[in-house]
Amino acid sequence: MAADSRPGARKGADDRRDAAWYIDKAVALLVFIGGVSAILFVVGIFVFVTREGIGFLVGRFSLSEFIGSIAWRPTSEKNPTYGGLALILGTASVTGLAMLVSVPFSLGAAVYIAEFATGRTREVLKVLIELLAAIPSVVWGFIGLVLINPLIIEVFDVPVGLSVLNSGLILGLMAAPIMTTIAEDALKAVPDSYREAAEALGATRWQVITRVVLPAARQGLVAAVLLGVGRGFGETMAVLMASGHSINVPTSVFDSVRALTATIAAELGETAVGSEHYQALFTLGIFLFVVTFLINLTADILVRGKRWSH
Amino acid sequence: MFEATALNRKNDRVQQMAKLGLLVVTLVLILPVAIILSMLLYEGAPILSFDFLFTEPTKGMTAGGIFPAFIGTIWLVAVALLASVPVGVAAAVYLSEYAPDNWLTRVINLAIINLAGVPSIVHALFGVGAFVLFLGFGTSILAASFTLAVMSLPVVIVATRESLQSVPQAFREACWNMGATRWQTIYRVVLPNSISGILTGVILEVSRTTGETAPIMFTGAAFFLPFLPESVFDQTMAMSLHLFVISTQVPGVPEQLPYGVALVLIGIVLCMNAASIAFRMYLRGKKKW
Repeated sequence: MAADSRPGARKGADDRRDAAWYIDKAVALLVFIGGVSAILFVVGIFVFVTREGIGFLVGRFSLSEFIGSIAWRPTSEKNPTYGGLALILGTASVTGLAMLVSVPFSLGAAVYIAEFATGRTREVLKVLIELLAAIPSVVWGFIGLVLINPLIIEVFDVPVGLSVLNSGLILGLMAAPIMTTIAEDALKAVPDSYREAAEALGATRWQVITRVVLPAARQGLVAAVLLGVGRGFGETMAVLMASGHSINVPTSVFDSVRALTATIAAELGETAVGSEHYQALFTLGIFLFVVTFLINLTADILVRGKRWSH
Repeated sequence: MFEATALNRKNDRVQQMAKLGLLVVTLVLILPVAIILSMLLYEGAPILSFDFLFTEPTKGMTAGGIFPAFIGTIWLVAVALLASVPVGVAAAVYLSEYAPDNWLTRVINLAIINLAGVPSIVHALFGVGAFVLFLGFGTSILAASFTLAVMSLPVVIVATRESLQSVPQAFREACWNMGATRWQTIYRVVLPNSISGILTGVILEVSRTTGETAPIMFTGAAFFLPFLPESVFDQTMAMSLHLFVISTQVPGVPEQLPYGVALVLIGIVLCMNAASIAFRMYLRGKKKW
């Protein structure tokens, strides 16, 4: 092998600035860019959504109007108003009902899968939950229209079945898989030594779960519910199709409502780029982004904050 | 000898009831899948035919098939995969093979979680702002697919990272000891041993992107367009948006038509998911370490 003639090159086994060395460095840089791109995309989402909505946010937006008025009339020719209260209440009522029906079932399923089910049963249940998560949101919306809508009309004898109840049920089912999965992870993360210690004291399986495992996994369970809330809050197509999409302050579960996400989906196509209405919809987008960001951040801190010592 | 006391028996009864109750709860959660599937099959199967898939919609979308939407969805998903798989795999390689345990890695992980948690309609707004307007792609397959790619990036990253991390550390060490560089080790040892796990993630991504509607609504998918796209700069129909349009926006659509579209859509999605799950189980059985 020819001696290295580069000036200043060190002689020795550790010096191997051959092609492989350069390729290695280049790849290290490339995959680093890939890794950092995830951050760039999140920042990019915020920057580009803000860029389109900032005109409205600094010029026309008034917080007291947005959270104090229910009049969302962006297309009014004389005096367009942008009251977001009805939309916020629409989203809140639908997400709230979804959590009410979904949290007990999701956490119950997580406890069963993590603590009682074994072997094949466990695998099958997990796969089925995964399939539940795979159903596209537009198909859920369609189910709301053609299956749940007539069912609600018939069972409760109400004129319209596209309501808080309809979209809440659908959102509950849509949010269930993520809550079940994250909650199951949290339960599995509780060290077995905890269970063994309780069982050695004579506790039944159920006592171990309620007195030891659930309290120990509390933070992870809260994170699971939070992620479920985030899922429901951000769901678009299913809510658009199943909620009735009419501006309303809901007083019962049979009222039609309109959600923040659905408003953007329904109206963006009809606005001119750069118009006030268009910018207002992007401002709603900023609001949605910030809220889901905070939800995810909190859930992440809860999940990671708990470190088990072995 | 020990004998069960009244308290023991009561505790056992409570435990049995709790177990049964939780099983019922779990089944209630799963039941809707079965109901929905059987209903879609019952209502939608009669309309399904070779013609339904391969003819164009006619009479203002109230008759005919879904050919342009079917082809359009394939375009959208394929371009999204081309964009997101390389970036996602690179990110996963970084996180699994290079990343030190520091603040930057934590921020990257947090960003991935957030990318998955941002509402789909906000992804749509991002697509409009960044790809349609700022980069000037206009409403096109390219803009819609890039939006889908950003949205589904976490799926690829998480699946790939998991399968890279399941390769035993000893494999890498053995390779380094032979004098291989980091990249040679990854390329020759780590990736070949995890390629099937990566594929599982890609299949899952196909399933996810096929059903997405909101992100493509304003970025490249058209309500009605009886032509097939010729390049990535064209608009296209898509099955997910088509289902939304004919079930809510077009009057006079015969009842069966949306059922047929929903059935095709969910058929593709569930087949992809089932394939991914089966693949994963097969791999777990085959693993030698």
